Amino acid sequence: MNPKMERARRALRRGACLLAALGCLHLGQAFAADGRAPLSNEDLHWLNRVTYGVDGATVERYRLLGRKRFLEEQLRPGGLQPPAEVLEAIAALGLTRRPVEQALTEAEAENKRIESLPNDDSRQSARQAQNQAANMAATEAARRHLLRALWSPAQVQEQMDWFWLNHFNVFQGKGNLRWTVGDYEEQAIRPHVLGRFRDLVLATLTHPAMLVYLDNAQSAGGRLNENYARELLELHTMGVTAGYTQQDVQELARVLTGVGLSRGQVPRLKSEWQALYRRRGAFEFNPARHDFGDKVVLGTRIAGEGFGEVERVIDLLVAQPATARFVSGKLAAYWLGAEPPPALVDTLAHEFQRSGGDISAVLRALFASRPFLDSLGQGFRDPMHYLAATLRLAYDGKHPLNMGPVINWLNAMGEPLFGHGTPDGYPLNSAAWSSPGQMARRFEIARTIGSGNGGLFDGDGRKPGPSTGFPRLSSRLYFEAVEPMLAPTTLRTLDRANSQLEWNTFLLASPEFMAR
Amino acid sequence: MQRRTFLQTLGAAVFAAQGMRLYAGHETEPKCLVVFLRGGYDCANVLVPYASPFYYEARPGLALPRPDAANPQACLALDGAWGLHPALRESILPLWQRRQAAFVPFAGTHDLSRSHFETQDSIEAGEPLDGSRTYGSGFLNRLAEVLGNTNPIAFTDGLPLAMKGRLTVPNVSLKQVGKTPFDERQMAILAEMYQGHPLEARVAEGLQLRKEVAKDFERDSAEASRNAISPKGFELEARRMGRLMRERFSLGFIDVGGWDTHVNEAAALNGNLENLGRGLAAYAQELGTVWERTLVVVLSEFGRTFRENGTKGTDHGHGSVAWVLGGAVKGSRVAGEQVAVDRKALFQDRDYPVLNDYRALLGGLFQRLYGLSGTQLDQVFPGGKVRSLNLL
Repeated sequence: MNPKMERARRALRRGACLLAALGCLHLGQAFAADGRAPLSNEDLHWLNRVTYGVDGATVERYRLLGRKRFLEEQLRPGGLQPPAEVLEAIAALGLTRRPVEQALTEAEAENKRIESLPNDDSRQSARQAQNQAANMAATEAARRHLLRALWSPAQVQEQMDWFWLNHFNVFQGKGNLRWTVGDYEEQAIRPHVLGRFRDLVLATLTHPAMLVYLDNAQSAGGRLNENYARELLELHTMGVTAGYTQQDVQELARVLTGVGLSRGQVPRLKSEWQALYRRRGAFEFNPARHDFGDKVVLGTRIAGEGFGEVERVIDLLVAQPATARFVSGKLAAYWLGAEPPPALVDTLAHEFQRSGGDISAVLRALFASRPFLDSLGQGFRDPMHYLAATLRLAYDGKHPLNMGPVINWLNAMGEPLFGHGTPDGYPLNSAAWSSPGQMARRFEIARTIGSGNGGLFDGDGRKPGPSTGFPRLSSRLYFEAVEPMLAPTTLRTLDRANSQLEWNTFLLASPEFMAR
Repeated sequence: MQRRTFLQTLGAAVFAAQGMRLYAGHETEPKCLVVFLRGGYDCANVLVPYASPFYYEARPGLALPRPDAANPQACLALDGAWGLHPALRESILPLWQRRQAAFVPFAGTHDLSRSHFETQDSIEAGEPLDGSRTYGSGFLNRLAEVLGNTNPIAFTDGLPLAMKGRLTVPNVSLKQVGKTPFDERQMAILAEMYQGHPLEARVAEGLQLRKEVAKDFERDSAEASRNAISPKGFELEARRMGRLMRERFSLGFIDVGGWDTHVNEAAALNGNLENLGRGLAAYAQELGTVWERTLVVVLSEFGRTFRENGTKGTDHGHGSVAWVLGGAVKGSRVAGEQVAVDRKALFQDRDYPVLNDYRALLGGLFQRLYGLSGTQLDQVFPGGKVRSLNLL
């Protein structure tokens, strides 16, 4: 028999078994195999919202700890590690092997060498190789992010990692950013995702990715570039309607002069400036480029003194009530999957100010709030949540390591990592992801994922299991944690499936699977 | 001294009153397509300033020869100063001869970042360069919003910034469309699953659009199998787009990439232009009589350096050339404010200057095509001034 026919037959057999099983389930007890009471629908919705989507391990952990302790563990995730094979795959990535300043210096040296090559052909092939190496660096950063997002048990931390990367957006397509995005995530974002907001602002402010992306590296006393100063106010801290003026933007830009990229040797400086020079990795504060005049930002006088001005001005911005409201409102929009009610933003902003910008304190208040519980199941999954939820269900416990297909699906759905050009980051509202074209595309991706492993296991030396082909979505996890949330229309639709493959597609295309 | 020649009498005005609308009624609804050439196309080798000795001086390896019927490589004379790239001989030249094509040189944005993404985004946003921007709102979305009853669509993978905004605009990629993986039954089941759901309409529309595109694809395949020459690349996309625009949509956006010619430009530009020209001509053909009320504007984020670089290419520049095509266009003209092409005319001694702001140019075209009021135009291009070049 030819393999195609054999596959088709097997699919039909599986479909038939499955439909029989489904029939039983509709009649009888939802999940009684091990005698435990099923989780309530609210529990399931809660888990689906707090994680990227349920997998077997989180369900188990939730049963063991209960909601309160589960959440505490998520907010202090120090003890939660991705599975060993995932950690090994991350350790094997080349991007961790040299510090970012070395990568930048070497890339620059290589570009110089290429320009000095004798003929067009050699220059072009060297350029191509260099371009590929830079693409590889950015792709590896995306792979690392996805490996953790999909398979780490620290699901709140991983979502906050995405959230802050998006809030402090940088774009790999600009300048030399492909060499720096991985380090940006690792050094500037990740250590602080559940920590203090002020630390995030300072860490992103001094990272080469942000310095290049929003041009502050170009800005100097007398030759101001306001780009970063404006976005720091508008997108990172206070929000656009906060009442600061164009004058504030300029004054802030003056404070930020001299914050730039270190190049090779420490510059020769006047003796009174030498003590003011700072350097850490690829970041430097160069007094020779700084405007030492006094500034007034938001009505507060900042005396010219050097990098201390930057620290003072960040304290000032972070302490603004507008910042507390703007950041809390954005956190709430992400975690509610909808525009938050003003009263909730007030509560969270209060908590933000009370705790001195402690992100986990704000999240604790957010998860405990009534609007959060009321919103469960009402949000729409953006492509990142959709793909993660899909794969966490389809490959529960199997942890495929080749993220290439996931990167392609994210591209196809318009939400690639490090791929948003403008500094505002991806939108958090569902309307941005549910256009007619996007819905049709999503169904086709649902079918692709439902009908094959797409190469997810390629190159990691493991096989997806004896019955390769497509994942079995009708798993124990499905019956325990997905099926109870499906509406009767969806259940009837699944009953109409002619094969496991079709059943997979309908499930992943269902309205409930789009929701979180 | 800078010698400026004004070939047109230009009226710059902020319009306060309702303008004259070119067409009225549904049967005569105007159609508009914006084609964005991503990468910054080398306009100086497409609309060639062949009367300028400086052009030949600045581009010893890249300049196209002066018009010469005996030389197939030579540019094609449009008037006494400008010539057209010969790759457009079969496609755009005939439109020019039918007075359905015009060019606006020294057009573009005053954005000086010379970054592809920043400039593309700032053009697609269509907002003023100074002051804060809204992000996430594009000029075509705002135009569709102002028009109210138009049917906008983006023929792209994702929704481009130009079409993003308050209005929900559908998008469908015409590039690598194959058959849809779903049969009729499966599509019906998928649509039924969303009955009564808030996304019901979007799902139905998305599946329907996808089906139409797939049907179109099957038609193309059928034609190919009858040994018809099957269109490739942009022409294929443009034919599909033409049919969809003729039947269902009235405001479209599509982008065409590959114009960033830093190295070995000649061959790449030639191929790209053949591809683009064939597509635009095919688009006109597919629209049939609807072409008579169609406007097509071709834009790019910036021009390229006027001098060739050391790798037989050109680098990121400033002023560009906009194409204005359509049955309703008063064509056969090189329009807008112009300056003689010599070294002194160059911006920062390297690029074409921007003398015709893209917002003023598009605003003028939209104003005439749709009869927009000053208030409406200000919604589309906030704080913009409109310039009528009498192209419609």
